[in-house]
Amino acid sequence: MTQTPLTKKASASEAPIRIAKREGLSSRRAILLRLLTFVMAIVAGGVFIAAMGQNPIEAYKLILRGAFVGSQRNPLSSIQATVIIFVPLLIVSIALSFAFKMKFWNIGGEGQMIIGATFASYFAIFHSDLPHFVLIALMFFAGALGGAFWGLLPTFFKVKFDTNETLFTLMLNYVAIYIVKYLETLTSWRARAGFASIKHFEDNAKLMKIGGVHIGWLLALILIVIAYIYLNHTKQGYEISVVGESQATARYAGMNVKKIILRTMLISGAICGLAGMIQVSGIDYTLSTGMTGGVGFKGITVAWLAQLNPFVMALIAAIFSILEKGSGVMQSTLSISAAATDVLQGIILFSFLGGEFFTRYTFVFSKRRTDK
Amino acid sequence: MEAKNTAIRLNSISKAFGSVKANDNIDFGVKYGEIVALLGENGSGKTTLMNMLSGIYQPDSGDIYKDEQLININSPKDSFAYGIGMIHQHFKLVDVLSAAENVALGTKRAKGEGLASLSKKIKTISQEFGLEIEPDKKVYDMSVSEKQTVEIIKVLYRGARILILDEPTAVLTPQEIEKLFIILRKMRDSGCAIVIITHKLNEVLAISDRVTILRKGQSVGTVKTQETNAKELTELMVGKAVELSIKRPQVEKEKNVLEVFRLTVGGPDGLDAVKGMTFSLDGGEVLGVAGIAGSGQKELCEAIAGLAKVTEGAILYKKENIVGKSPAEIIKAGISMSFIPEDRLGMGLVASMDITHNMLLKSYKDGKPALLNRKPAKKLAQTLIKRLDISTPGVTTPVRQLSGGNVQKVLLGREIESKPNLLITAYPVRGLDINSSYTIYDLINEQKEKGVAILFIGEDLDVLLELCDRIMVICQGEVMGIVDAKKTNKEELGLMMTGEKMAEVAN
Repeated sequence: MTQTPLTKKASASEAPIRIAKREGLSSRRAILLRLLTFVMAIVAGGVFIAAMGQNPIEAYKLILRGAFVGSQRNPLSSIQATVIIFVPLLIVSIALSFAFKMKFWNIGGEGQMIIGATFASYFAIFHSDLPHFVLIALMFFAGALGGAFWGLLPTFFKVKFDTNETLFTLMLNYVAIYIVKYLETLTSWRARAGFASIKHFEDNAKLMKIGGVHIGWLLALILIVIAYIYLNHTKQGYEISVVGESQATARYAGMNVKKIILRTMLISGAICGLAGMIQVSGIDYTLSTGMTGGVGFKGITVAWLAQLNPFVMALIAAIFSILEKGSGVMQSTLSISAAATDVLQGIILFSFLGGEFFTRYTFVFSKRRTDK
Repeated sequence: MEAKNTAIRLNSISKAFGSVKANDNIDFGVKYGEIVALLGENGSGKTTLMNMLSGIYQPDSGDIYKDEQLININSPKDSFAYGIGMIHQHFKLVDVLSAAENVALGTKRAKGEGLASLSKKIKTISQEFGLEIEPDKKVYDMSVSEKQTVEIIKVLYRGARILILDEPTAVLTPQEIEKLFIILRKMRDSGCAIVIITHKLNEVLAISDRVTILRKGQSVGTVKTQETNAKELTELMVGKAVELSIKRPQVEKEKNVLEVFRLTVGGPDGLDAVKGMTFSLDGGEVLGVAGIAGSGQKELCEAIAGLAKVTEGAILYKKENIVGKSPAEIIKAGISMSFIPEDRLGMGLVASMDITHNMLLKSYKDGKPALLNRKPAKKLAQTLIKRLDISTPGVTTPVRQLSGGNVQKVLLGREIESKPNLLITAYPVRGLDINSSYTIYDLINEQKEKGVAILFIGEDLDVLLELCDRIMVICQGEVMGIVDAKKTNKEELGLMMTGEKMAEVAN
């Protein structure tokens, strides 16, 4: 901006709108605002659908039908497919929220999932002759161990040399992917010569099912409750909050900050690893580089949108899953391009995030006289 | 002198933050060739009011006049254009640049004007008002008072004739304050309009021509300095008569609860922040520590609390060396530290948590093994709110939303509730209003009477002289001397603070 001339007229103008921080928003109004945001997001998506020459209401109906109404032969098939998307997303979101609560930017959920899955796959491929329950238990343990290891690597360097955990966890995602690519070249791991893919698991290494879906969904639901209790009602959970808010304060209170950071990332990584194990043993029945479906990143959005509350995370992960499963169906029925459905999801997500702004800030319209 | 013209006039200015009215219909004015003090307790709205002149905030209602013309200030840039310059409490300088470069930052330079001519211009300005400055010195090499000088030159260089200084003396020694006042008087005599924000009465009386007093966001009046006194000003400021003396109870002493022997502690920049300090502290005694900010106070406190690495020396607590013990062990042994940093919240409290959860910080490990028990902490929070008269909507209000005084009561209250044998308290009244300060002094004396050994790191020499039994003066991490508080005075302390050993002072 150029220097404002000092004449009365020019200088008596005033910015008509200011942005001010909201304070003391009542929880009822906050919920109302969020509901409004949700409606706005749906409307914004609708406008996009209309712009493509489709009826928005029909399109949304298709999405819902696609997510919930199954085929004649198996009326539950769609819900099952939605749940399959939901489970890893929720588990990883919860895992990340542990780290985020501590202000540790773990964006390595992808890598931790993959390494967890890799450790688990080792037992699935080389020890498939073990009794079923022993094998599954071992795979769970290995999955957690792998994820924890991958999570602890950057954490160790963080507490020891104060390296940047954002970069470190992110880079380890790619390392994890290339480890799997390497395994695909080994005769002992790969399915067939000439094909870059890893062996299929024996039935013995497949996760048991409840209600037509692998038991991962039950574990995810249990995890919601455990995570909530751990973060809000245990001493360790309290330590995480304090470290997240102020490391100086934590030190003053006699907390061992490094130990707390390491411990929390061990948990965060281990849960990501579990998600990886559940994915390969429950759905994919093999290890692949694309096994995560990007939930390591989507989980970041879910965790923050829910403001790290596990129950709200479940709700938001459910919305995401419905949208993803349903828009697939919408896409094929209305023959819209895949890119367009991605844009639709993006618009809805963006409106969501925009709405968050209004719960935290408000516009102040100037009522001041600008002239005598 | 001819009749003075009004430089700035504020007409019924109001400003609210959420539901809090920071400024409520305030009228204020300053003339050219005049120093006006804006006096008020913390949270009374002084800085808010002046920030509207410097363009940081905009008023919700009310008018600002400059030279009797209605103006609107929408940004700091506008403020500069009107010739208003504010020197903030926290300096806004770039450390790695020189004084001259800092002064030139953000201004447009005429064609062909190099750093040399800039330096010359700065020299002219500084000579005019008697400011001492080396234009080529880097800011990181400067003392606090030098940095302040740069800030002053910065606003003068931009042609400001209306100067606002926010608590300019808070970081200076008595000698430096005197120097600053001479400069301010020179500026006044050359026709500048000066507003000085402060809550220190003796300074108001020493420097200002008129005083405007704010209380809880409202203006309670403007008086001529010559026609008033400290007692009247305090009453206006607080709203009732206040006893202005601090008690110093005599207590039976328990010898040498804490002995520090040749203590050396590293600082953040790799140099030693504490260099061979030796002193002892009895139970039932308040040992004051005086020194310019950053003389090693923080490192000394942290070393005793087990938070800083001791490179040499010993700290004997009840005859036992505690060097190398973990902070948790030291807390358990009965040593409690409350350090109020400049932002008041960074250490000791978690801003976003409520009082209950802040109580938990020291006690959360008690009780059942894994689960958190909030009940005792909640009870303690309620007790403290009542006992220390902490004004808060409830135990679930985040500490961040409390005023400074209440935050400090929460912190000190918690430390005292842990029933320490040794209480280290650094800047416990930092930025507090008079009433709250006296509550804190009473709390400290109460602990002293219980036989607690108290290490009191302070900044206000008047308070140190009245409250403490002995005062240890430190400078650049070294002990300059330990004196009897009853037998010393501000000048002696001031000299020692700037590096003269006690023996030299005695000459």
